[in-house]
Amino acid sequence: MQLFDMIAEMMSFTFMVRAMVVGLLVSLCAALLGVNLVLKRYAMIGTGLSHVGFAVMAIAGVVEIAPLSVALPIVVGAAFLLLRLNENSKIKGDSAVALVSTSSLAIGVIVVSLTTGLTLHICNVMFGSIFAMTQADMYFSIALSVAVLGMFILFYKQLFAVTYDENFAKATGTNVELYKSMLAILTAVTVVVGMRMMGALLIASLTLFPAISAMRVCKRFLTVVITAAVVGVVCFFVGMVFSFWYDLPPGSSVVAVNLAAFLLFCGVSFIRRGGVSV
Amino acid sequence: MPLITCSNASFAYDGRTVVAGLDFTVNKGDYLCIVGENGSGKTTLMNGILGLISPKSGSITFGDGLKSTSIGYLPQQTPAQKDFPASVHEVVLSGRLSRRGLRPFYSAEDKRVALANMERLGISSIARKSFRELSGGQQQRVLLGRALCAASEALLLDEPVAGLDPLVTSELYRTIKELSLDGITIVMISHDIHAAVEYASTILHLQNHQLFFGSALDYRGTDAGRLFLRGGASDAAV
Repeated sequence: MQLFDMIAEMMSFTFMVRAMVVGLLVSLCAALLGVNLVLKRYAMIGTGLSHVGFAVMAIAGVVEIAPLSVALPIVVGAAFLLLRLNENSKIKGDSAVALVSTSSLAIGVIVVSLTTGLTLHICNVMFGSIFAMTQADMYFSIALSVAVLGMFILFYKQLFAVTYDENFAKATGTNVELYKSMLAILTAVTVVVGMRMMGALLIASLTLFPAISAMRVCKRFLTVVITAAVVGVVCFFVGMVFSFWYDLPPGSSVVAVNLAAFLLFCGVSFIRRGGVSV
Repeated sequence: MPLITCSNASFAYDGRTVVAGLDFTVNKGDYLCIVGENGSGKTTLMNGILGLISPKSGSITFGDGLKSTSIGYLPQQTPAQKDFPASVHEVVLSGRLSRRGLRPFYSAEDKRVALANMERLGISSIARKSFRELSGGQQQRVLLGRALCAASEALLLDEPVAGLDPLVTSELYRTIKELSLDGITIVMISHDIHAAVEYASTILHLQNHQLFFGSALDYRGTDAGRLFLRGGASDAAV
């Protein structure tokens, strides 16, 4: 009963309700999109994009323009660039992402130190400010999750084909670029929105953990997708309750719960296989 | 009119020409084997036929109503696929994707075709198993099942027996031959020159250019064929 009282208390704050709505929806989107990233071995792209987002937000804060309106197009652009780099360039996938993400971080820090110094604003960009979600953020995240869910329902079979075997899909006449572009745009938007709540340093975990946990125990693509979505949403909720209860930073609590869930799923898979291997 | 016409085509990667001087046709019902050493341009040519890359010069054209949506393709597996969490049923069914176009979900007809193809290849009993738990031979059968779901006209296979043991290899060859006898046009890349001349009706031998194109019977008599067959025999003996 104590737990329910506490959840009721949490929900009596408007900022908490907004944090929950935005957080649950972004977790759902991140978990769904993360399945594609993890299976395509693009896992680091979430990190890369959030670091690009960090640089943009830092600069936007200094020159005082609305961070979202600049961050969105630039991070979407970066998503396309990174996915392209992954395909056909001399600098291969993970190194390309590492280059882009560390350079963005460095540029962001230089801009900040030349101007305002390490202020609360920067701290918020790095670690998130989940209780600063506005009504606009809420509507935005609702629109985003409608788009992501809609894509997964209407184009589920295309997403499977593009994730499983892009060349086969292309060779048999599917417009692979279209679906990859949709994934890139929605991933970028999810990272930008989620970054403001989880922070640039932690947002990538929302895309990675649920999918990797689900892959421990699920054998089918459909169950991986559904399990990842459920894990993402449940872990966010539990993490928020923990953070409220023990007065911990919310973003980090959510990631810690995700880690616990991952270890639990590893344990389940270990026992299922008769304790032979993980 | 031939199904696939390749006229004086060349293909390049990163500006470097990999294979040139390609002049051949594939007719309906043909069983064409593309042979040649590693790096001789076999997979590049297949990517060209599939439209994944465009010819640097010359042309590749489809005739006789052949469209990319009526081609089935069995690619070489990537490491990411070997570990992919998908059931056999999901993989085979995904071959129906291009038939379905933009309509959401798969129809009952799609599922029926997928099931029929799984039965034809003897994999219906493992339909609910995960792809990553299967043996190499089973995985190839599943990918062949997917290719069959997509193929109403032609089947393109890139080294379908790579990494398989001899017993599974000959079973897979027999299956492919049966498909050919059923009227499906087969284009296959193979390292196994002996199986190629045994099963295929036509041979295309590449060595970064077209060394031979003609019937399997004629191929045995050519210098290239004799040399390659002998080389293949000594390889097999090792």
